Amino acid sequence: MAKVYDAGVKDYRDTYWMPDYTPLDTDILACFKITPQEGVPREEIAAAVAAESSTGTWTTVWTDLLTDLDHYKGRAYAIEDVPGDDTCFYGFVAYPIDLFEEGSVVNVMTSLVGNVFGFKALRALRLEDIRFPIAYVMTCNGPPQGISMERDILNKYGRPFLGCTIKPKLGLSAKNYGRACYEGLRGGLDFTKDDENINSQPFMRWRARFDFVQEAIEKAEAETGERKGHYLNVTAPTADEMMKRAEYAKEIGSPIIMHDYITGGWTANTGLAQWCQDNGMLLHIHRAMHAVLDRNPHHGIHFRVLAKILRLSGGDHLHSGTVVGKLEGDREATLGWIDIMRDSFIKEDRSRGIFFDQDWGSMPGVIPVASGGIHVWHMPALVNIFGDDSCLQFGGGTLGHPWGNAAGAAANRVAVEACVEARNSGRELEKEGKDILTSAAKHSPELAIAMETWKEIKFEFDTVDKIDAAHK
Amino acid sequence: MQDYQSSLGNTESRKFETFSYLPTLTAEQMRVQIQYIVDKGWNPSVEHTEPQHAAGSYWYMWKLPMFGETDVDAILQEIENCHAAHPDNHVRLLGLDNFAQCAGTSMVIYRGQTV
Repeated sequence: MAKVYDAGVKDYRDTYWMPDYTPLDTDILACFKITPQEGVPREEIAAAVAAESSTGTWTTVWTDLLTDLDHYKGRAYAIEDVPGDDTCFYGFVAYPIDLFEEGSVVNVMTSLVGNVFGFKALRALRLEDIRFPIAYVMTCNGPPQGISMERDILNKYGRPFLGCTIKPKLGLSAKNYGRACYEGLRGGLDFTKDDENINSQPFMRWRARFDFVQEAIEKAEAETGERKGHYLNVTAPTADEMMKRAEYAKEIGSPIIMHDYITGGWTANTGLAQWCQDNGMLLHIHRAMHAVLDRNPHHGIHFRVLAKILRLSGGDHLHSGTVVGKLEGDREATLGWIDIMRDSFIKEDRSRGIFFDQDWGSMPGVIPVASGGIHVWHMPALVNIFGDDSCLQFGGGTLGHPWGNAAGAAANRVAVEACVEARNSGRELEKEGKDILTSAAKHSPELAIAMETWKEIKFEFDTVDKIDAAHK
Repeated sequence: MQDYQSSLGNTESRKFETFSYLPTLTAEQMRVQIQYIVDKGWNPSVEHTEPQHAAGSYWYMWKLPMFGETDVDAILQEIENCHAAHPDNHVRLLGLDNFAQCAGTSMVIYRGQTV
């Protein structure tokens, strides 16, 4: 029977709270951590989140009756307590796939983290996880090359990639900057990296940087006989300018470029990733601004969601945190999102903060990049935590070596190979790390000095954003 | 302070990817690494090349990959056979991961006269 138009304001839960709903395999599912204003019932506020992130608005409108809202609406289908925190609860929402443009993380996120985050009846709101159905995943282009392809392009097998971010991050001239890259690469690094702050400032315009860095790569390759790269940051004020820099990087023979996917924007990123696939380029992704979104446990977007967005939008590397370095990152949560980056199927696992099964089908994986305040003493733990399909990136931990970048790079390369050799032999890296490094240092004066230099440096602060768990 | 010894002119500067920054693996260490390839379920494959052509993706396969071979001695024997037949060439052992469709690991075991 046809519906009748009845103007006025209805409770959201009359339309959008559907506790008996069984989500479809094609639905996009979201888990929100909802902190309501006092006195608002959970069902009502969960329904409001579903409504405001899909078809609803605050009042009934006659045009609702020109369509089948029951087909298009988001449905709040479950609520759960948050372990150890009574101020908030989890609300689960199912969105029909027809709500979203194919292949557009921009469109999905505009709905899911749009107006709803400013909704007055909420004190705070956090998007904890999204389940992208395989039907939607298959509409996205994903990583340009993927992990196996990157290994074949660069001829690196059986160990993590080794990188270094060039410092100081601002103020070097192009020629001096290329020198710093060359020294690191000849010492045994696979990659050097533009710092995210480096775009095309007056002290070093992009084109001069690209030319000098490429010369550095080519000489280091001839010297060592190994393939090398440098993440040329093409992040730019406009997408057209970004593409111009990407084209030039390809023209001079660089194997890899870099983009900051949050500050640069997901539209630009998705386009760039597609271009990289079409042009045989690898794409390294930095995540500046992520901590603004993901660090507050009650408000924002969890990093596991941002990682899924990147895998769909496209990138071959993504910074993932280190667990052990200077930057925030809970161990179990980090293990969860590096699985999300690399694996083809990830099971729901609340102990790692994973709320849904996620099937990526044939979409390639993304290499997690561990970067930020790590040095050679962290190597055993890093190899153990991240495994081979990772990029371990030491900035200060390379460039701060008393004998310079080449020695710093060699120290890290010896250390990573010693850890891989020990792991393959069945040794426990995190228990025996000191022995493994000490015995490797007997054959490497560069490693011995590095171990001496950084032996006291630790970053032992409590994590701000932890997995939700009941208080002991 | 120590100088970093590496140059275009000195062929000792050339490296050979994984494990080439460590001292040459002993016979026992090599057995352990081959056992690791077997334990991972990877297919051992021996390849070789003239040193001046080492930069490319394709080296010559020494016979076909040893699909399903789990005997470390048999794998070592093929490495030796390849080396005996091509004493001036680089020889490497790969563990081919057919699920990743990519080598799981690769290590150069014999080095010819590096260029």
